[in-house]
Amino acid sequence: MSTHDGHDHDHGDGEPHPGMAGDASLGYYGTRYRAIEALLIEKGVCTLSEINAAAARQETRTPMDGARMIAHAWVDPEFKQRFISDPLAAMGELGYRLPDNVVDTPKITVLENDEDVHHLVVCTLCSCYPGTLLGAPPDWYKSLAYRSRAVKDPRGVMHEFGLDLADEIEVRVQDSTADLRYIVMPKRPAGTEDMSQEQLAQLITRDSMIGVSEALEPDRSPAA
Amino acid sequence: MSGATLPKYEPGDRVRVSSEEPEGHCRTPRYVQGRQGTVRKLHGSFRNPESLAYGGTGLPRQPLYLVEFGQPELWKDYKGAAGDRLWIDLYQHWLEPLNDRRISQ
Repeated sequence: MSTHDGHDHDHGDGEPHPGMAGDASLGYYGTRYRAIEALLIEKGVCTLSEINAAAARQETRTPMDGARMIAHAWVDPEFKQRFISDPLAAMGELGYRLPDNVVDTPKITVLENDEDVHHLVVCTLCSCYPGTLLGAPPDWYKSLAYRSRAVKDPRGVMHEFGLDLADEIEVRVQDSTADLRYIVMPKRPAGTEDMSQEQLAQLITRDSMIGVSEALEPDRSPAA
Repeated sequence: MSGATLPKYEPGDRVRVSSEEPEGHCRTPRYVQGRQGTVRKLHGSFRNPESLAYGGTGLPRQPLYLVEFGQPELWKDYKGAAGDRLWIDLYQHWLEPLNDRRISQ
């Protein structure tokens, strides 16, 4: 909600960072961010352009990257197996390249939903998120309300996103507490047999890859 | 100084999460501390975040496991279904062996 995790983010006021001295519009976390940034530069840990490049890099990813990969996995069972066993290598197959200066990318794990199990991803301790595939997380994902309720009352949370699952389906919450990042592969909806990969990708929302919802039904797709 | 701690657990092993809270940063949420779960998978060995957080080397690396808990066992008055589960990644030094048979289900 108030976590400031990147430099070049829109602050909602249309203004670029005006510098940290006495600027109340930055708020507590903005001011803290600017102080840490200034210290990192002053101590020679990194340069401002490196920080800006890292923020820009994060913004090159969007949920559509993950959606395209899952749509591909839906139509190509062999690709699906490769995607599940090594998502980053599968990304490469589809032409995605991580920038050379990205090191130590957290390992991404695909959680496949089926008729029996529905996965929901949360990071209760902070806001770990598969940014390599989905870009920056939505604000609600970082909120204390989501982080505490997703583990304690996952069905209540999903209900608020419009999803009510039968009790026979196991709701499996994955708390990403450590070195792995998780993305949900939603079930392919019925009635999508004749759709192209591009059309299928439109059904795969960011929320469905976090697990708070399912993929859209074909008639609810914005592309339909 | 370097290297990795050897894995002690296998998938299916019952474990208890330590409830001895260390000082400072850790990656084991309080809601699983002291609780009993089942190891599902060994992810590999990773640097210890409790050392990394303070500029340490994180060595020796700690085995990291995927551990499963029954939701109704974690939360009093759990409102979901009896079969709901919580999966979480926990480092080996937080786990203690449990030799009793599975209690739940």
